[in-house]
Order: sequence, then structure tokens, then C-alpha cells
Amino acid sequence: MALLEVKDLKVRVEEREILHGLTLTVNEGEVHAIMGPNGSGKSTLSHVIAGKPGYEVTDGQILFRGEDLLEMDPDERAAKGVFLAFQYPVEIPGVTTMNFLRTALNAQRKARGESELMVPDFLKKVREVSKSLNIPQDMLKRGVNVGFSGGEKKRNEVLQMALFEPSLCILDEMDSGLDIDALRIAADGVNALRSPGRAMVVITHYQRLLNYIVPDVVHVMSRGRVVKSGGKELALELEASGYAQFEDAA
Amino acid sequence: MNVAVAKTGSGRAVSDLFASAEGRLPGSPDVMAARCEAFETYERLGLPHRRIEEWKYTDLRALVGEVLPLAAVPDATALKRAADAVKAHAIAGARKLVLVDGVFAAELSDVKALASEVGFKTLRETLDKDAGLLKTASTDAVIAVNAALATDGVVLSIADGTQLSAPVQIIHVAIAASASAFTRSQVAIGKGARATIIESFAAAGAAAYQVNDAVIVSIGDDADVAHIRLMDDAADAVNITSQFVTVGANTKLNVFNMTSGAAVSRLQGFITLAGEGSQLSVNGVNLLKKTEHGDTTLVVDHAVPNCVSREIFRAVIDDRAHSVFQGRIIVRPDAQKTDGKMMTRALLLSDEAEADNKPELEIFADDVSCGHGATAGALDDSLLFYLKARGLPEKQAQALLIQAFVGEAIEQIADDTLREHVIGIAERWLERRS
Repeated sequence: MALLEVKDLKVRVEEREILHGLTLTVNEGEVHAIMGPNGSGKSTLSHVIAGKPGYEVTDGQILFRGEDLLEMDPDERAAKGVFLAFQYPVEIPGVTTMNFLRTALNAQRKARGESELMVPDFLKKVREVSKSLNIPQDMLKRGVNVGFSGGEKKRNEVLQMALFEPSLCILDEMDSGLDIDALRIAADGVNALRSPGRAMVVITHYQRLLNYIVPDVVHVMSRGRVVKSGGKELALELEASGYAQFEDAA
Repeated sequence: MNVAVAKTGSGRAVSDLFASAEGRLPGSPDVMAARCEAFETYERLGLPHRRIEEWKYTDLRALVGEVLPLAAVPDATALKRAADAVKAHAIAGARKLVLVDGVFAAELSDVKALASEVGFKTLRETLDKDAGLLKTASTDAVIAVNAALATDGVVLSIADGTQLSAPVQIIHVAIAASASAFTRSQVAIGKGARATIIESFAAAGAAAYQVNDAVIVSIGDDADVAHIRLMDDAADAVNITSQFVTVGANTKLNVFNMTSGAAVSRLQGFITLAGEGSQLSVNGVNLLKKTEHGDTTLVVDHAVPNCVSREIFRAVIDDRAHSVFQGRIIVRPDAQKTDGKMMTRALLLSDEAEADNKPELEIFADDVSCGHGATAGALDDSLLFYLKARGLPEKQAQALLIQAFVGEAIEQIADDTLREHVIGIAERWLERRS
């Protein structure tokens, strides 16, 4: 069974159709890249998979391990193992990162019928992961993302990914706003999480990110559909020839 | 001229209230004369209503209607019930002074432990000699009726230089239903003293009762004082509290007010900075649900130069509840170099929730830095979605954001035990919500 199956998905936002019948299948262990010009519906797809309100699914299905994802609340999806790394992670003043991480992890465990992680085990794990991501301990005591740089915010997303151990990670424009060093640290963090049981969907506008996170499959999205799929070489092709050819095709 | 006898909503004559209470009221003939005068003021004014500017948003005639007769003196059974409420609301390590239905309960209080550091008398004992305690600057009707009918209270005096080794906690417990309790207390804190005074209001099963409390606090120079008030009265109770605070020079005063109960409540605080170089921090949280009405009205009077005042107020309003914040900063003509700031924010958790914010600056000096800000709004959907996408169910995500919202005010409490206690009150309120 595929991990994620998106079948003929049609999505509207305020009366305007953004996705016009999108189909995508992702198996365990695979890394898929979704590339496309601005406005092609890449972020809409990621939001609909995560369950963000404001999107109306008019047709099609999203199955996660064969279960209907669209019937679940966002928190249920998270507990099942769906993780969206936000393009713009929000700032939450007054909620320390540490408190947030523990509350979220325990909420997911509770929903899965698992016991709460003991504090010492949790702290040990956070320390290990944050060290590997070059996240200073004092950042964890601050409000979630408050005063964080663009790179720090993205690393904080990767930190959560490492802690929550989701089986599907969707990275929405992880490279936006990052310089090359920040990008490398974040990408190294993501690569460390690649495993046979985990799939990733990397959404990006530029080929650059895919030099660091090398995909198994590349999809080109245009005007709300996947218009072409291929191997990693497709990304390089796009870099050379641009998206224009696909805009015509769509 | 014919003068109609003032009647309450239930047809009882207002004057009966005083007549029926008279046997219960302590005081020398002078004190009784002062009480009569105060009651006449109350009779003349009646309960405050919306046409009185200061009470515009809290019309007690509409919300309360009438003042209920005094609660009976608590008997042994009542005191036993009160003991459980005291246990539930006591702050670890604090020395308790307990008032049950407006009567001091020595057997529930830590008078002996307190006596080593604090001069203590009941209002009842003090009023035999001194009618001054019944006098305050304001002629507000609720303060007048308090002066007329106060049955008891605590009178504390903390000598110059005393560093209290434990907080003093005054706990008001309501036992009797459909009755009222009038209390008046005085706290005099000497020069260079360090003290934490906590006031708690709670019910032990009582319903539909009324509390009218007045506290008169004077703080000397070079003191360091925390004044915390935690009001968690029964869901159908009324609590009206008036605080009069005078602050000396180079003193630090940290005030915190929490409202998490009562159908109708009003806290009115009048704080005068009367000595130069003092720092005042006044913070508060209203947690309101159902049809509760919670009013926090603060007047900070910069009477002298070179003082700093900071006010942070947060209201969380659910269902059809109504929160009122009125904050006035007065800067007198001589009070140059005053630095006064006030920030109030309301979080509306339902479409029918209501918040009224009325900040006022009255500045008569020309070299000052004063400002205020007020916001009202719902929880941020983008923050809620982020938390939900990380696995928090809706109510838990809301609770986390609400805690963060009130946290900005609660964080101002310096003492760890007290701060944790207050966070606990907020957490329990949020748990009851979900």
C-alpha cells in the first residue's frame, strides 16, 4: 500500500479552483520533489494535506496508509504521522519552545494511545537533536520562533520533525529566505531523517535545494496539476529550460 | 416637601438594611455616628448606575438591584465548612487571616505566628477607639455603604524595617447564601519594610451572596511590597472591592489582581504615588465565562515627580461574558518626569463576548512620558493551525495560547510560589472550559 495517495484532487479557495484534479502517489522511503512556478498550487497541496482551514475539496481523495485523510482534523493527521514543515513558521510569544515541543509530542503520543514521554528522556532527546542541528539551548527557552532568524525558524521545523518522527514530511519551500549556509544546515538535518520507513515531499520553486536533498522522483506542477514526473535529472532539465514549456502544456 | 422612602427592587426599604444590621455593627458612639452619616450618603446616592461616568459599564442597579441583608454570624458548622475552603485556597507558607461571612475567625487564622512580625487587631477591636478607618477620600456609594455596614476586617501594622519572613494571606470565605458580607481592612507598612499581602475571596458552597470589601493600604518610604488579590467567588455571587493605596518615596509596589469568579464583580483600585522615586507595577487578569461581568477600574495618581508606573491588564472573555477595564493615569502639575504606561488587551473567545476598554490620561505636567494601548480580538487562526498541525487538539491549542496571553501579566509576579499558584488558577479555569 502506498503511504500517500492523492487522487484526482480538486480544491477551491473562495470560489476559485486552485487544484484541478491532482494525482500523486508516494511510497515509504521515497523522497519526492514537487517543483513549479508561483501560483501552480504547490503550497495549496501541502496545506490541504495538513488540514489547514479555508480550502474546499470539491472532488478527489487523499489517502494516508489507505485511510481518508480529509476526514481527520489536523491534530489527528499529525498523530498519524503527517508533518508539514511550514514555509513561514509562526511566532508564538509566551509559549517556550521547550514547553511547546513537550506538549505537542505528548499530545501526539496520547492520541496514539502511548504513554507520555518522561521528562528526562524527552530532555535528552531534545538536547541531542538540537545539538546536531546547531540549535543553542537558550533558543529552546524562548517563545516559539520569537526573535528567530529565518534559518533558525527552519531549523526549528527540522527539530520538530526529528522529535515527532513522522512517516510523511512535507517541506513547503524550505529554502525560501535562507542563505546557502543556513540551507545546508537545514538540509543536512533533513537528510539525517531519511529512512526506509519515512517519505518526504519537498516542495520548492528552485532546483538549488535539490542539490542538498536529492529526490528519487521529481514532479512538475503547473496550473493545479502534475504535468510531468521523472527522476532527479528532471530538476536539472527544468533549471536549464524553465517552467514556460509546462505552462503551455497545462 | 415629601420625600419618598427609597425602595429596593424587592420592595424592602433601603433604611431597613441599616436598621436590621445595627445590632451587629461594632463601634463607639462616634463610630456609629460616622456609620449613620455614611449610610445616609448611600441612601441618597443609591447603587451606582450607568449615568454615573465611573460606573458607565457596570450598572449595579441593573446588574445587582439591591444590597442583601447581612449574613448571620457564622456558627460552628459554618466555620467547619469554611475550614475546607481555607485549605483549598491557602498559599503554601503564608500566614492566614480568615474572615467568614464578614466575621474574623481566629480559630482558622495564624494569629500567633503572625504576631511575631506584624501588629494585628480586628476591625471590631479597632473601631472602639478610632472612627478614622471608616473615612476614605471617595464618596462613592459602594464605599459609603461599606463604611456603614462593615462588620469586621483585619488591621495590620508592619513596623519600619520589618522584613516579613512569610506572606500574609487574608482569606474571605462566604458560607451564607443570599446574604451579604461587608469587610474593611487596613494595612500599614512602615519604612524600609518588605512584605507580601495576599487577599483571597472564595465560597464554601454559598450561592447568590454579595461581598463588599474595602482595603486601605499605606506604604512608607524605601519599602518593597507585593499586593496580590485573587477573587474566585461563586458563579452567582457579587464582589465589589475598593482598594485605597498610598505609596511613599523610593518604594517598589507590585500589585496583581485576578478575577476568576463571581457573576458580577468590580475591583476599583485607587493608588496614589505620594513619594518621589517609586516604582509601581499593577497587573491583572480577568477570566470570564457564561454571563459574568467583571470590571477592573484603576486610578493611578502620580502626585509627585519621578515615579514610574506600569499597568498590564489581560481579559479572557468566553460565552456572553463582559469585561470592563478602566484605567486612569493622573499626573499632577508638580509630577514632572513621570513615566506612566498602561497596556490592556482583551481576548474574545466567542462572538457574543464583550470587552470595554477605557484608558484615560489626565496630564497636568509638561515633562512626562505617558502612554496607553488597548486591543481586543480573537485567537489568531494561524497560530491555532500551527499548534493543531503539531498534534494539539483544538481546545488544548486554545488553552496554550490563552495561557501565553495571560502569562504576560502573570509573569510580573516576582515570587515563584505565588506565580505558580496563579498559573494554577488559570489552568483550572481553562480545564473547566474544555
